[in-house]
Amino acid sequence: MAKKVALLQGNEACALGALYAGCDFFGGYPITPSTEVAEVLSNELPKNGGKFIQMEDEIGAMASVIGASLTGAKALTATSGPGVSLKQELIGYACIAETPCVIINVMRGGPSTGMPTGPGQSDVMQAMWGTHGDHAAIALTPASCQEIFEETVRAFNLAEKYRMPVQVLYDEIVGHMRERIEFPEPGDLEVVDREAPSVSPEEYKPYDSTKGQIPPLAAFGSGYKFHVTGLNKAADGFPTTKAELVDAEERRQIAKVMDNIADIESYEEYLIDDADVVIWAFGSTSRSARYAVNELRKEGIKAGLFRPITLWPFPAKRTAELAEQCKGIVVAEMNLGQMVYEVERVAQGKCVVVHEGRVDGEPINPGQIMNKVKEVI
Amino acid sequence: MAKRYELRFSGAGGQGLITAGIILAEAASIVESKYAAQSQSYGPEARGGASKSEVIISDSPIDYPKATIVDACLAMTQEAADKYANGIKDGGLLLIDDDFVKRVPEGNFKVLKMPITRTAKEEIGREIVANVVALGAMIALTDVVKRESGEKAVLAKVPEAFLDLNKKAYNLGYDKIKTLMN
Amino acid sequence: MAYDYEKSIRPGKLPHIWCPGCGHGIVMKGLIRAMDACELDRKNTAIVSGIGCASRLPGYLDCCTLHTAHGRAAAFATGVKMSKPDMNVIVCGGDGDGTAIGGNHFIHACRRNIDMTYIIMNNFIYGMTGGQFSPCTPTGDKASTTPYGNPDPIFDISKLAIGAGATFVARTTAFHATQIDKLIAEGIKHKGMAIIEVLDDCPTTYGRRNKFRSVTDMMKRLKDIAVPVAAASKMTAEQLEGKVLTGVLYKEELPEYTAQYADVIKKAQGA
Repeated sequence: MAKKVALLQGNEACALGALYAGCDFFGGYPITPSTEVAEVLSNELPKNGGKFIQMEDEIGAMASVIGASLTGAKALTATSGPGVSLKQELIGYACIAETPCVIINVMRGGPSTGMPTGPGQSDVMQAMWGTHGDHAAIALTPASCQEIFEETVRAFNLAEKYRMPVQVLYDEIVGHMRERIEFPEPGDLEVVDREAPSVSPEEYKPYDSTKGQIPPLAAFGSGYKFHVTGLNKAADGFPTTKAELVDAEERRQIAKVMDNIADIESYEEYLIDDADVVIWAFGSTSRSARYAVNELRKEGIKAGLFRPITLWPFPAKRTAELAEQCKGIVVAEMNLGQMVYEVERVAQGKCVVVHEGRVDGEPINPGQIMNKVKEVI
Repeated sequence: MAKRYELRFSGAGGQGLITAGIILAEAASIVESKYAAQSQSYGPEARGGASKSEVIISDSPIDYPKATIVDACLAMTQEAADKYANGIKDGGLLLIDDDFVKRVPEGNFKVLKMPITRTAKEEIGREIVANVVALGAMIALTDVVKRESGEKAVLAKVPEAFLDLNKKAYNLGYDKIKTLMN
Repeated sequence: MAYDYEKSIRPGKLPHIWCPGCGHGIVMKGLIRAMDACELDRKNTAIVSGIGCASRLPGYLDCCTLHTAHGRAAAFATGVKMSKPDMNVIVCGGDGDGTAIGGNHFIHACRRNIDMTYIIMNNFIYGMTGGQFSPCTPTGDKASTTPYGNPDPIFDISKLAIGAGATFVARTTAFHATQIDKLIAEGIKHKGMAIIEVLDDCPTTYGRRNKFRSVTDMMKRLKDIAVPVAAASKMTAEQLEGKVLTGVLYKEELPEYTAQYADVIKKAQGA
């Protein structure tokens, strides 16, 4: 049977992807250009008995999401750069308290109010480092409406599996454009539910990693009484300042991501095998880059595209391999230089690494990328 | 049809041109299973000032989702014509509502004139369907989707009480342009 | 026979972190008695707090406890209650946590009239950070950041809560220990946002800077300024100068937020 199709905005696709993943709580605050995610969910969630709440501010929205997640809900918030800036402290809380949740960031220009209706890709370092203290991060960067749907589902899966906040970053262009979506049927995409504790409430410790890197999280109200705090804590969840316990916990929380990169990583390559120049681009910019690759190939220039879908953890291994095999990497991103520094770091001088950026509210167009590639050749 | 075809609907915010763009994208990508990407101007300019909606239609997946050089452009107001008719490619098409666009933009493209808003008002009796008249006209002008596909997408979009009205508007726009072109 | 508090306290978590003479322990015992009186199922009770001395309270109690970030307790608690409306939700924290950094969440939780009981321990100071002035430090008083006396006017927390839409607002003091549990219990039973303001003492960072030589002096002051609502109605404005009304200050039955949202669900499902 033909799949159900519709022409949808990226933001609408995101909301429907969340529902597919089993999202049953949304806490948000209106902000351009992400608001359609909230609008769709305010309509759809209660139909399934889910909850939608518009909170008093961005911080409250993030707090409500963590609170709901601790009761077992699959919880989501959607915002843009300024909202993520406000949420940063609590993103760190979700990291240290190991509370699954998904944060959508529809990226616009910045800093500050910037250009609310213009696209940007300037929040990519914020997605990694945007909270104080050491922590791991997972961030996904879909490039089309279909992929926004699918990556939103995957974000929930990763959040639940790794017990942590996961960000989905897409720029205003894909957030607001409309494309055809083919709706996956139930079962077409994997949906991961939270692992329940295997021990009795009396034996349960929320951070007991003796049986695995990621301890199961019980839900409030399910018979398990336990303590959750933003302080450094021992396996039982209660605060500790014992050096060895604090150190082991901090390291485990990063290792649970970095040891599982193969499971989390996702990227797409296009005409990369014989490429002299690799364009390294994500989100809507990767679409311009693909267009540029095709045009450059017509001119006899061997260009290829590397498109990270998982942006964090950084695809270090593959990027390093590409640096070995090509003459140059052009990092195209709608900012004045962010991911390019990561690419330079892992390229270790083995090839030329250049940046093509733009922050005027206009997308990076194929011509710009083509010119940059020609400079490298 | 070229592999990639770019259309721009421009006019004043509130004229329903974003909807017209969405219907065209639906006609292409849902009714005909082509690839389509629709985008639009956001912000204050979308409420009263010049507003635009762009549709890219292609036989293969669309990489760059914004207009590069426009194959066909609609301008319903002078402001829109001044602001958005500049990106039309050589040999491209510009359809203007000539009651409102008095200063015709200059360029190496073919200009067609039709009193779109007046047609909706006088021949359909409802100015509000001017966007659907314009949509029929643009499809007739470009053949970017089949006539029936456009009609099907229009009828799928509008409330049941307005089916006849919109069907009439769409076909009126379509026929007027075909006559004009012959 | 002595009251059995131990069954409500997590084994091995005492002694608590509070200074000798601090009133927070009195409030915690009041909360335990109130939970007992209301027969709250501890497995189905979430106690949520922010940051500060008072916010350490949940960690001692054998419930589902959530020690959040500074000021955010009411917003976390809103997420818990919205997601699981059948849970009993109790929030506790201090005056700085609740009305300065958390002021926005505090007033909006009141406005929604979401069913929770918020115990706000007002000791007129930021205790944990060493005694900086809070929105509740009396004008003119000394704090570590008001060496010349506090120039700021204060918040009246109970009035703020009433103005913001809380439907049950009561006040007492750490001196009036036997009233604490009764007001908290009444708050728990109330369907909607219940604010219980407990005027508290901080001998370490507030008392010593403001000429309260001993804990007894501080407690005596709490005793002296408190005037029950009923008694106040027979007193003149002059007699009420410098006094604080105690007891149930406001009570009203209005639609509760999660019940309102249950109606939204019914409408969305076509009822």
